[in-house]
Amino acid sequence: MTWAIANIEQILALSLEHVRLSILPIVLGFVIAIPLGWVAHRFQLTRGLILTLVGLLYTIPSLALFVILPPLLGLPFLSEANVLIALTIYAVAIMARSTADALASVDRDIQQAATAMGYSSWRRFWAVDFPLAGPVLLAGLRVVAVSTVSLLTVGVVVGVDSLGYLFTNGSQRGIIESVLAGVVATVVIALLFDRILALIGAWLMPWTRVKGAS
Amino acid sequence: MIEFRSISKTFPGGTTAVDDFSLVIPSHRTTVFVGSSGCGKTTLLRMINRMVDASSGDLEIDGENVARIDPVRLRRRIGYVMQNSGLLPHRTVIDNIATVPRLNGVARTVAHARALQLMDTVGLDRLMADRYPSQLSGGQQQRVGVARGLAVDPNILLMDEPFGAVDPIVRAELQQELLRLQRELGKTVVFVTHDIDEAFLLGDQVVILEKGARIAQKGTPAEILANPASDFVASFIGADRGKRALSIREIDGARVVVDADGTVAGRLVEAGPS
Repeated sequence: MTWAIANIEQILALSLEHVRLSILPIVLGFVIAIPLGWVAHRFQLTRGLILTLVGLLYTIPSLALFVILPPLLGLPFLSEANVLIALTIYAVAIMARSTADALASVDRDIQQAATAMGYSSWRRFWAVDFPLAGPVLLAGLRVVAVSTVSLLTVGVVVGVDSLGYLFTNGSQRGIIESVLAGVVATVVIALLFDRILALIGAWLMPWTRVKGAS
Repeated sequence: MIEFRSISKTFPGGTTAVDDFSLVIPSHRTTVFVGSSGCGKTTLLRMINRMVDASSGDLEIDGENVARIDPVRLRRRIGYVMQNSGLLPHRTVIDNIATVPRLNGVARTVAHARALQLMDTVGLDRLMADRYPSQLSGGQQQRVGVARGLAVDPNILLMDEPFGAVDPIVRAELQQELLRLQRELGKTVVFVTHDIDEAFLLGDQVVILEKGARIAQKGTPAEILANPASDFVASFIGADRGKRALSIREIDGARVVVDADGTVAGRLVEAGPS
Protein backbone atom coordinates (compact mmCIF):
# COMPACT_ATOMS: atom_id res chain seq x y z
CA MET A 1 0.00 0.00 0.00
CA THR A 2 2.79 2.39 0.87
CA TRP A 3 4.34 1.71 -2.55
CA ALA A 4 1.04 2.47 -4.26
CA ILE A 5 0.64 5.73 -2.34
CA ALA A 6 4.21 6.75 -3.05
CA ASN A 7 3.72 6.04 -6.75
CA ILE A 8 0.14 7.20 -7.11
CA GLU A 9 0.99 9.75 -9.78
CA GLN A 10 2.57 7.11 -11.98
CA ILE A 11 -0.33 4.71 -11.43
CA LEU A 12 -2.85 7.39 -12.39
CA ALA A 13 -0.86 8.42 -15.44
CA LEU A 14 -0.61 4.81 -16.59
CA SER A 15 -4.33 4.31 -15.92
CA LEU A 16 -5.23 7.29 -18.10
CA GLU A 17 -2.96 5.99 -20.82
CA HIS A 18 -4.60 2.59 -20.43
CA VAL A 19 -8.07 4.09 -20.87
CA ARG A 20 -6.95 6.11 -23.89
CA LEU A 21 -5.45 3.09 -25.63
CA SER A 22 -8.44 0.83 -24.87
CA ILE A 23 -11.12 3.01 -26.45
CA LEU A 24 -10.01 2.83 -30.08
CA PRO A 25 -9.86 -0.98 -30.42
CA ILE A 26 -13.27 -1.31 -28.72
CA VAL A 27 -14.90 1.23 -31.03
CA LEU A 28 -13.14 -0.03 -34.17
CA GLY A 29 -13.87 -3.65 -33.31
CA PHE A 30 -17.57 -2.84 -32.92
CA VAL A 31 -17.78 -0.90 -36.18
CA ILE A 32 -15.92 -3.53 -38.21
CA ALA A 33 -17.84 -6.44 -36.66
CA ILE A 34 -21.30 -5.06 -37.57
CA PRO A 35 -21.04 -5.64 -41.35
CA LEU A 36 -19.17 -8.93 -40.80
CA GLY A 37 -21.82 -10.17 -38.39
CA TRP A 38 -24.55 -8.98 -40.74
CA VAL A 39 -23.09 -10.94 -43.67
CA ALA A 40 -22.66 -13.99 -41.44
CA HIS A 41 -26.26 -13.68 -40.28
CA ARG A 42 -27.77 -12.88 -43.66
CA PHE A 43 -26.23 -15.56 -45.84
CA GLN A 44 -26.39 -19.17 -44.73
CA LEU A 45 -23.35 -20.08 -46.85
CA THR A 46 -21.03 -17.50 -45.35
CA ARG A 47 -22.16 -17.95 -41.77
CA GLY A 48 -20.00 -20.98 -40.96
CA LEU A 49 -17.01 -19.65 -42.89
CA ILE A 50 -16.94 -16.16 -41.37
CA LEU A 51 -17.65 -17.22 -37.82
CA THR A 52 -15.02 -19.99 -37.96
CA LEU A 53 -12.41 -17.61 -39.38
CA VAL A 54 -12.99 -14.87 -36.82
CA GLY A 55 -13.12 -17.55 -34.13
CA LEU A 56 -9.67 -18.73 -35.21
CA LEU A 57 -8.34 -15.15 -35.01
CA TYR A 58 -8.99 -15.19 -31.30
CA THR A 59 -6.84 -18.28 -30.86
CA ILE A 60 -3.68 -16.54 -32.20
CA PRO A 61 -1.55 -15.76 -29.14
CA SER A 62 -1.12 -12.03 -28.69
CA LEU A 63 2.66 -12.21 -28.56
CA ALA A 64 2.71 -14.01 -31.89
CA LEU A 65 0.38 -11.39 -33.34
CA PHE A 66 2.72 -8.57 -32.24
CA VAL A 67 5.51 -10.33 -34.13
CA ILE A 68 3.48 -11.17 -37.27
CA LEU A 69 1.72 -7.83 -37.78
CA PRO A 70 4.66 -5.42 -38.28
CA PRO A 71 6.23 -7.16 -41.33
CA LEU A 72 2.74 -7.86 -42.70
CA LEU A 73 1.60 -4.23 -42.47
CA GLY A 74 4.95 -2.49 -42.72
CA LEU A 75 4.74 -1.16 -39.17
CA PRO A 76 7.59 -0.63 -36.74
CA PHE A 77 7.78 -3.49 -34.27
CA LEU A 78 7.72 -1.21 -31.21
CA SER A 79 4.65 0.87 -32.01
CA GLU A 80 1.25 1.79 -30.64
CA ALA A 81 -0.36 0.91 -33.98
CA ASN A 82 0.93 -2.63 -33.69
CA VAL A 83 -0.85 -3.13 -30.35
CA LEU A 84 -4.02 -1.29 -31.37
CA ILE A 85 -4.42 -3.37 -34.54
CA ALA A 86 -3.86 -6.62 -32.64
CA LEU A 87 -6.46 -5.63 -30.04
CA THR A 88 -8.91 -4.58 -32.76
CA ILE A 89 -8.55 -8.03 -34.33
CA TYR A 90 -9.46 -9.67 -31.02
CA ALA A 91 -12.40 -7.28 -30.59
CA VAL A 92 -13.69 -8.17 -34.06
CA ALA A 93 -13.25 -11.86 -33.28
CA ILE A 94 -15.61 -11.60 -30.30
CA MET A 95 -17.98 -8.99 -31.69
CA ALA A 96 -18.66 -10.53 -35.12
CA ARG A 97 -20.18 -13.62 -33.53
CA SER A 98 -22.12 -11.49 -31.05
CA THR A 99 -23.48 -9.41 -33.93
CA ALA A 100 -24.61 -12.50 -35.85
CA ASP A 101 -26.29 -13.85 -32.71
CA ALA A 102 -27.82 -10.44 -31.94
CA LEU A 103 -29.37 -10.12 -35.38
CA ALA A 104 -30.67 -13.68 -35.17
CA SER A 105 -32.34 -12.78 -31.86
CA VAL A 106 -34.71 -10.27 -33.49
CA ASP A 107 -38.31 -11.51 -33.61
CA ARG A 108 -39.21 -12.53 -37.18
CA ASP A 109 -42.83 -11.45 -36.75
CA ILE A 110 -41.72 -7.92 -35.96
CA GLN A 111 -39.41 -7.87 -38.99
CA GLN A 112 -42.30 -9.07 -41.16
CA ALA A 113 -44.57 -6.42 -39.70
CA ALA A 114 -41.98 -3.73 -40.39
CA THR A 115 -41.64 -4.90 -43.99
CA ALA A 116 -45.43 -4.93 -44.34
CA MET A 117 -45.53 -1.31 -43.06
CA GLY A 118 -43.31 -0.32 -45.98
CA TYR A 119 -39.76 -0.22 -44.61
CA SER A 120 -37.15 -0.76 -47.31
CA SER A 121 -34.60 -3.38 -46.28
CA TRP A 122 -31.84 -0.82 -45.65
CA ARG A 123 -34.08 1.37 -43.56
CA ARG A 124 -35.52 -1.60 -41.70
CA PHE A 125 -32.01 -2.70 -40.73
CA TRP A 126 -31.17 0.61 -39.07
CA ALA A 127 -34.60 1.46 -37.67
CA VAL A 128 -35.78 -1.97 -36.56
CA ASP A 129 -33.28 -4.86 -36.71
CA PHE A 130 -30.28 -2.98 -35.32
CA PRO A 131 -31.99 -1.38 -32.30
CA LEU A 132 -33.84 -4.60 -31.47
CA ALA A 133 -30.54 -6.50 -31.64
CA GLY A 134 -29.24 -3.89 -29.17
CA PRO A 135 -29.43 -5.84 -25.92
CA VAL A 136 -27.44 -8.79 -27.34
CA LEU A 137 -25.01 -6.42 -29.12
CA LEU A 138 -24.45 -4.62 -25.84
CA ALA A 139 -23.75 -7.88 -24.01
CA GLY A 140 -21.11 -8.68 -26.66
CA LEU A 141 -19.62 -5.20 -26.48
CA ARG A 142 -19.25 -5.44 -22.70
CA VAL A 143 -17.25 -8.65 -23.11
CA VAL A 144 -15.10 -6.92 -25.75
CA ALA A 145 -14.48 -3.94 -23.48
CA VAL A 146 -13.38 -6.04 -20.51
CA SER A 147 -11.25 -8.31 -22.69
CA THR A 148 -9.56 -5.34 -24.42
CA VAL A 149 -8.73 -3.61 -21.15
CA SER A 150 -7.19 -6.83 -19.87
CA LEU A 151 -5.30 -7.73 -23.07
CA LEU A 152 -3.82 -4.25 -23.44
CA THR A 153 -1.41 -4.94 -20.55
CA VAL A 154 0.51 -7.33 -22.83
CA GLY A 155 1.37 -4.36 -25.05
CA VAL A 156 4.14 -3.46 -22.65
CA VAL A 157 6.36 -6.12 -24.24
CA VAL A 158 6.47 -4.09 -27.44
CA GLY A 159 7.09 -0.89 -25.55
CA VAL A 160 3.55 0.47 -25.35
CA ASP A 161 3.09 1.74 -21.84
CA SER A 162 -0.10 0.86 -20.06
CA LEU A 163 -0.85 -0.60 -16.66
CA GLY A 164 1.10 -3.59 -17.98
CA TYR A 165 4.23 -1.59 -17.13
CA LEU A 166 3.46 -2.14 -13.45
CA PHE A 167 3.62 -5.90 -14.07
CA THR A 168 7.01 -5.93 -15.79
CA ASN A 169 8.36 -3.28 -13.46
CA GLY A 170 7.17 -5.23 -10.44
CA SER A 171 8.46 -8.57 -11.55
CA GLN A 172 11.86 -7.27 -12.69
CA ARG A 173 12.48 -5.30 -9.50
CA GLY A 174 10.76 -7.76 -7.18
CA ILE A 175 8.06 -5.29 -6.06
CA ILE A 176 4.94 -7.38 -5.59
CA GLU A 177 2.91 -4.27 -4.70
CA SER A 178 3.54 -2.87 -8.16
CA VAL A 179 2.04 -5.99 -9.74
CA LEU A 180 -0.93 -5.88 -7.37
CA ALA A 181 -1.54 -2.20 -8.05
CA GLY A 182 -1.54 -2.99 -11.79
CA VAL A 183 -4.07 -5.78 -11.34
CA VAL A 184 -6.38 -3.66 -9.19
CA ALA A 185 -6.21 -0.67 -11.54
CA THR A 186 -6.91 -2.90 -14.58
CA VAL A 187 -9.91 -4.47 -12.89
CA VAL A 188 -11.23 -1.06 -11.85
CA ILE A 189 -10.94 0.26 -15.41
CA ALA A 190 -12.60 -2.87 -16.81
CA LEU A 191 -15.51 -2.51 -14.38
CA LEU A 192 -15.76 1.19 -15.17
CA PHE A 193 -16.00 0.52 -18.92
CA ASP A 194 -18.58 -2.19 -18.27
CA ARG A 195 -20.67 0.12 -16.10
CA ILE A 196 -20.50 3.01 -18.57
CA LEU A 197 -21.54 0.75 -21.45
CA ALA A 198 -24.47 -0.59 -19.42
CA LEU A 199 -25.59 2.99 -18.65
CA ILE A 200 -25.27 4.07 -22.29
CA GLY A 201 -27.27 0.99 -23.25
CA ALA A 202 -30.06 1.79 -20.79
CA TRP A 203 -30.14 5.37 -22.07
CA LEU A 204 -30.23 4.37 -25.74
CA MET A 205 -32.73 1.55 -25.22
CA PRO A 206 -35.39 2.94 -22.88
CA TRP A 207 -37.88 0.25 -23.89
CA THR A 208 -35.74 -2.41 -22.19
CA ARG A 209 -36.22 -0.65 -18.86
CA VAL A 210 -40.03 -0.62 -18.75
CA LYS A 211 -41.96 -3.23 -16.87
CA GLY A 212 -44.45 -5.35 -18.79
CA ALA A 213 -48.22 -5.05 -18.33
CA SER A 214 -49.50 -7.01 -15.37
CA MET B 1 -61.61 -3.43 -56.15
CA ILE B 2 -59.01 -6.16 -55.85
CA GLU B 3 -58.98 -8.83 -58.50
CA PHE B 4 -57.15 -12.16 -58.42
CA ARG B 5 -56.83 -13.69 -61.89
CA SER B 6 -55.66 -17.31 -62.11
CA ILE B 7 -53.15 -16.79 -59.34
CA SER B 8 -50.84 -19.66 -58.40
CA LYS B 9 -48.04 -19.79 -55.89
CA THR B 10 -45.49 -22.55 -55.62
CA PHE B 11 -42.87 -22.06 -52.92
CA PRO B 12 -39.24 -23.06 -53.43
CA GLY B 13 -39.28 -26.68 -52.31
CA GLY B 14 -42.31 -27.48 -54.38
CA THR B 15 -45.36 -26.96 -52.14
CA THR B 16 -48.21 -25.35 -54.01
CA ALA B 17 -49.92 -22.99 -51.58
CA VAL B 18 -52.28 -21.45 -54.10
CA ASP B 19 -53.54 -23.24 -57.19
CA ASP B 20 -55.27 -21.22 -59.94
CA PHE B 21 -57.18 -18.83 -57.69
CA SER B 22 -59.56 -16.22 -59.10
CA LEU B 23 -61.71 -13.82 -57.10
CA VAL B 24 -63.05 -10.29 -57.15
CA ILE B 25 -62.93 -8.41 -53.85
CA PRO B 26 -65.39 -5.50 -53.98
CA SER B 27 -64.45 -2.08 -52.62
CA HIS B 28 -65.77 -0.72 -49.29
CA ARG B 29 -66.81 -4.19 -48.13
CA THR B 30 -65.31 -6.76 -45.82
CA THR B 31 -64.18 -9.97 -47.49
CA VAL B 32 -63.14 -12.80 -45.19
CA PHE B 33 -60.88 -15.69 -46.21
CA VAL B 34 -61.64 -18.56 -43.90
CA GLY B 35 -60.14 -22.03 -43.81
CA SER B 36 -58.03 -24.42 -41.80
CA SER B 37 -54.35 -23.69 -41.27
CA GLY B 38 -52.27 -24.40 -44.34
CA CYS B 39 -55.10 -23.69 -46.79
CA GLY B 40 -53.20 -20.75 -48.27
CA LYS B 41 -55.38 -17.94 -46.91
CA THR B 42 -52.50 -15.94 -45.44
CA THR B 43 -50.51 -16.41 -48.65
CA LEU B 44 -53.43 -14.91 -50.59
CA LEU B 45 -53.58 -11.94 -48.23
CA ARG B 46 -49.85 -11.30 -48.46
CA MET B 47 -49.99 -11.27 -52.23
CA ILE B 48 -52.08 -8.11 -52.07
CA ASN B 49 -49.22 -6.07 -50.56
CA ARG B 50 -46.53 -8.18 -52.26
CA MET B 51 -45.16 -9.72 -49.11
CA VAL B 52 -45.52 -12.78 -51.33
CA ASP B 53 -45.26 -12.62 -55.12
CA ALA B 54 -47.43 -14.89 -57.26
CA SER B 55 -45.69 -17.55 -59.35
CA SER B 56 -48.23 -17.00 -62.11
CA GLY B 57 -51.42 -15.05 -62.74
CA ASP B 58 -52.27 -11.39 -62.27
CA LEU B 59 -53.37 -9.45 -59.22
CA GLU B 60 -54.88 -6.04 -59.82
CA ILE B 61 -55.87 -3.25 -57.46
CA ASP B 62 -58.33 -0.87 -59.13
CA GLY B 63 -57.13 -2.10 -62.52
CA GLU B 64 -53.43 -1.66 -61.72
CA ASN B 65 -51.25 -4.78 -61.78
CA VAL B 66 -49.43 -4.93 -58.42
CA ALA B 67 -46.43 -6.63 -60.05
CA ARG B 68 -45.70 -3.25 -61.67
CA ILE B 69 -45.86 -1.29 -58.40
CA ASP B 70 -42.75 -0.93 -56.24
CA PRO B 71 -43.49 -3.18 -53.22
CA VAL B 72 -42.28 -0.64 -50.64
CA ARG B 73 -44.53 2.10 -52.07
CA LEU B 74 -47.43 -0.34 -52.41
CA ARG B 75 -47.17 -1.40 -48.75
CA ARG B 76 -47.15 2.19 -47.53
CA ARG B 77 -50.59 2.75 -48.97
CA ILE B 78 -52.16 -0.48 -47.70
CA GLY B 79 -53.00 -0.94 -44.03
CA TYR B 80 -51.76 -4.17 -42.45
CA VAL B 81 -52.81 -5.60 -39.10
CA MET B 82 -51.42 -8.91 -37.92
CA GLN B 83 -51.73 -11.41 -35.10
CA ASN B 84 -49.78 -10.49 -31.95
CA SER B 85 -50.05 -6.89 -33.17
CA GLY B 86 -46.53 -6.86 -34.71
CA LEU B 87 -45.89 -3.55 -32.97
CA LEU B 88 -42.32 -2.28 -32.83
CA PRO B 89 -41.34 -2.98 -29.20
CA HIS B 90 -38.78 -0.17 -29.14
CA ARG B 91 -41.25 2.52 -30.17
CA THR B 92 -43.90 4.12 -28.02
CA VAL B 93 -47.58 3.72 -28.88
CA ILE B 94 -47.77 7.09 -30.61
CA ASP B 95 -44.60 6.42 -32.63
CA ASN B 96 -45.92 3.01 -33.63
CA ILE B 97 -49.15 4.53 -34.92
CA ALA B 98 -47.22 7.26 -36.74
CA THR B 99 -44.81 4.76 -38.36
CA VAL B 100 -46.11 4.78 -41.92
CA PRO B 101 -46.86 8.52 -42.19
CA ARG B 102 -43.31 9.13 -40.93
CA LEU B 103 -41.96 6.72 -43.59
CA ASN B 104 -43.90 8.76 -46.12
CA GLY B 105 -42.13 11.89 -44.93
CA VAL B 106 -44.97 13.48 -42.94
CA ALA B 107 -43.62 15.87 -40.30
CA ARG B 108 -43.40 14.42 -36.81
CA THR B 109 -45.81 16.89 -35.19
CA VAL B 110 -48.42 16.34 -37.90
CA ALA B 111 -48.05 12.55 -37.71
CA HIS B 112 -48.35 12.64 -33.92
CA ALA B 113 -51.45 14.82 -33.98
CA ARG B 114 -53.06 12.38 -36.40
CA ALA B 115 -51.95 9.43 -34.26
CA LEU B 116 -53.71 10.92 -31.23
CA GLN B 117 -56.94 11.23 -33.24
CA LEU B 118 -56.57 7.61 -34.31
CA MET B 119 -56.22 6.57 -30.68
CA ASP B 120 -59.67 8.11 -30.12
CA THR B 121 -61.00 6.35 -33.20
CA VAL B 122 -59.96 2.90 -32.01
CA GLY B 123 -60.96 3.58 -28.40
CA LEU B 124 -57.56 3.98 -26.76
CA ASP B 125 -56.95 6.40 -23.92
CA ARG B 126 -54.57 9.17 -25.07
CA LEU B 127 -52.70 8.73 -21.80
CA MET B 128 -51.20 5.57 -23.30
CA ALA B 129 -49.47 7.47 -26.10
CA ASP B 130 -46.05 7.40 -24.45
CA ARG B 131 -46.14 3.82 -23.27
CA TYR B 132 -44.25 0.97 -24.88
CA PRO B 133 -46.17 -1.98 -26.35
CA SER B 134 -44.98 -4.30 -23.57
CA GLN B 135 -46.84 -2.09 -21.10
CA LEU B 136 -50.22 -2.72 -22.78
CA SER B 137 -52.63 -5.63 -22.57
CA GLY B 138 -53.09 -7.88 -25.61
CA GLY B 139 -56.37 -6.19 -26.52
CA GLN B 140 -54.86 -2.71 -26.25
CA GLN B 141 -51.90 -3.76 -28.40
CA GLN B 142 -54.32 -5.01 -31.03
CA ARG B 143 -56.12 -1.64 -31.00
CA VAL B 144 -52.78 0.09 -31.54
CA GLY B 145 -52.20 -2.32 -34.42
CA VAL B 146 -55.52 -1.31 -35.99
CA ALA B 147 -54.77 2.40 -35.47
CA ARG B 148 -51.40 1.92 -37.14
CA GLY B 149 -53.07 0.14 -40.05
CA LEU B 150 -55.39 3.12 -40.49
CA ALA B 151 -52.72 5.80 -40.10
CA VAL B 152 -52.33 6.72 -43.76
CA ASP B 153 -56.10 6.47 -44.32
CA PRO B 154 -55.59 3.60 -46.76
CA ASN B 155 -58.34 2.36 -49.09
CA ILE B 156 -57.39 -1.21 -48.30
CA LEU B 157 -56.92 -2.77 -44.88
CA LEU B 158 -55.42 -6.26 -44.67
CA MET B 159 -56.05 -8.12 -41.43
CA ASP B 160 -54.25 -11.41 -40.79
CA GLU B 161 -55.98 -13.18 -37.88
CA PRO B 162 -55.76 -9.93 -35.92
CA PHE B 163 -57.85 -11.17 -33.01
CA GLY B 164 -56.47 -14.71 -32.91
CA ALA B 165 -54.30 -14.26 -29.83
CA VAL B 166 -56.63 -12.38 -27.47
CA ASP B 167 -59.07 -13.93 -25.03
CA PRO B 168 -62.67 -14.54 -26.14
CA ILE B 169 -64.21 -11.58 -24.27
CA VAL B 170 -61.71 -9.08 -25.64
CA ARG B 171 -62.04 -10.67 -29.06
CA ALA B 172 -65.81 -10.15 -29.08
CA GLU B 173 -65.23 -6.54 -28.05
CA LEU B 174 -62.68 -5.95 -30.80
CA GLN B 175 -64.95 -7.58 -33.38
CA GLN B 176 -67.79 -5.20 -32.47
CA GLU B 177 -65.33 -2.31 -32.60
CA LEU B 178 -64.22 -3.35 -36.08
CA LEU B 179 -67.84 -3.53 -37.25
CA ARG B 180 -68.43 -0.02 -35.90
CA LEU B 181 -65.24 1.30 -37.54
CA GLN B 182 -66.18 -0.31 -40.82
CA ARG B 183 -69.63 1.31 -40.76
CA GLU B 184 -67.93 4.68 -40.27
CA LEU B 185 -64.96 4.26 -42.60
CA GLY B 186 -66.09 1.85 -45.33
CA LYS B 187 -62.62 0.47 -46.12
CA THR B 188 -61.95 -2.44 -48.42
CA VAL B 189 -61.14 -4.92 -45.68
CA VAL B 190 -59.59 -8.29 -46.43
CA PHE B 191 -59.68 -10.39 -43.28
CA VAL B 192 -58.14 -13.80 -42.69
CA THR B 193 -59.35 -16.14 -39.96
CA HIS B 194 -59.81 -19.83 -39.20
CA ASP B 195 -62.86 -19.06 -37.06
CA ILE B 196 -66.07 -19.46 -39.06
CA ASP B 197 -68.13 -17.57 -36.46
CA GLU B 198 -65.80 -14.59 -36.82
CA ALA B 199 -66.03 -14.90 -40.61
CA PHE B 200 -69.85 -14.85 -40.56
CA LEU B 201 -69.94 -11.99 -38.08
CA LEU B 202 -67.55 -9.68 -39.95
CA GLY B 203 -67.81 -10.71 -43.59
CA ASP B 204 -69.97 -9.12 -46.27
CA GLN B 205 -68.41 -11.72 -48.53
CA VAL B 206 -67.11 -14.94 -47.03
CA VAL B 207 -64.72 -17.15 -49.00
CA ILE B 208 -64.31 -20.66 -47.60
CA LEU B 209 -61.02 -22.18 -48.70
CA GLU B 210 -59.79 -25.74 -48.98
CA LYS B 211 -56.19 -26.86 -49.33
CA GLY B 212 -54.35 -25.09 -52.17
CA ALA B 213 -56.66 -22.06 -51.69
CA ARG B 214 -59.40 -23.76 -53.73
CA ILE B 215 -62.66 -21.94 -53.18
CA ALA B 216 -65.08 -24.35 -51.53
CA GLN B 217 -67.80 -21.69 -51.53
CA LYS B 218 -68.15 -17.94 -51.56
CA GLY B 219 -71.09 -15.72 -50.78
CA THR B 220 -72.78 -13.81 -48.01
CA PRO B 221 -73.01 -15.61 -44.66
CA ALA B 222 -76.75 -16.09 -45.27
CA GLU B 223 -76.20 -17.65 -48.70
CA ILE B 224 -73.60 -20.05 -47.36
CA LEU B 225 -75.71 -21.07 -44.36
CA ALA B 226 -78.81 -21.50 -46.53
CA ASN B 227 -77.11 -23.60 -49.18
CA PRO B 228 -73.79 -25.17 -48.25
CA ALA B 229 -72.22 -26.07 -51.58
CA SER B 230 -70.67 -29.34 -50.41
CA ASP B 231 -70.30 -31.71 -47.48
CA PHE B 232 -66.97 -30.02 -46.76
CA VAL B 233 -68.67 -26.63 -46.39
CA ALA B 234 -71.57 -28.07 -44.38
CA SER B 235 -69.17 -29.70 -41.99
CA PHE B 236 -66.85 -26.65 -41.86
CA ILE B 237 -69.63 -24.24 -40.94
CA GLY B 238 -71.14 -26.79 -38.58
CA ALA B 239 -74.52 -26.66 -40.30
CA ASP B 240 -75.39 -30.12 -39.05
CA ARG B 241 -74.59 -29.64 -35.40
CA GLY B 242 -74.51 -27.39 -32.36
CA LYS B 243 -75.76 -23.85 -32.41
CA ARG B 244 -76.47 -23.85 -36.15
CA ALA B 245 -78.74 -26.94 -36.34
CA LEU B 246 -81.95 -25.26 -35.30
CA SER B 247 -85.30 -26.96 -35.21
CA ILE B 248 -88.80 -25.85 -34.27
CA ARG B 249 -90.73 -27.42 -31.43
CA GLU B 250 -94.17 -26.65 -30.17
CA ILE B 251 -94.48 -26.05 -26.48
CA ASP B 252 -97.85 -25.00 -25.05
CA GLY B 253 -99.03 -23.76 -28.41
CA ALA B 254 -96.00 -21.48 -28.95
CA ARG B 255 -93.29 -22.39 -31.41
CA VAL B 256 -89.76 -22.24 -30.03
CA VAL B 257 -86.47 -22.73 -31.81
CA VAL B 258 -84.12 -25.30 -30.31
CA ASP B 259 -80.49 -26.05 -31.25
CA ALA B 260 -78.87 -29.48 -31.59
CA ASP B 261 -77.99 -29.60 -27.91
CA GLY B 262 -81.65 -29.08 -26.99
CA THR B 263 -80.98 -25.56 -25.73
CA VAL B 264 -83.82 -23.17 -26.43
CA ALA B 265 -82.50 -20.49 -28.78
CA GLY B 266 -85.65 -18.36 -28.90
CA ARG B 267 -89.29 -18.11 -29.76
CA LEU B 268 -90.32 -18.17 -33.38
CA VAL B 269 -92.05 -14.94 -34.38
CA GLU B 270 -93.65 -14.69 -37.80
CA ALA B 271 -92.59 -11.92 -40.13
CA GLY B 272 -94.40 -8.77 -39.08
CA PRO B 273 -95.34 -9.07 -35.41
CA SER B 274 -99.07 -8.74 -34.74
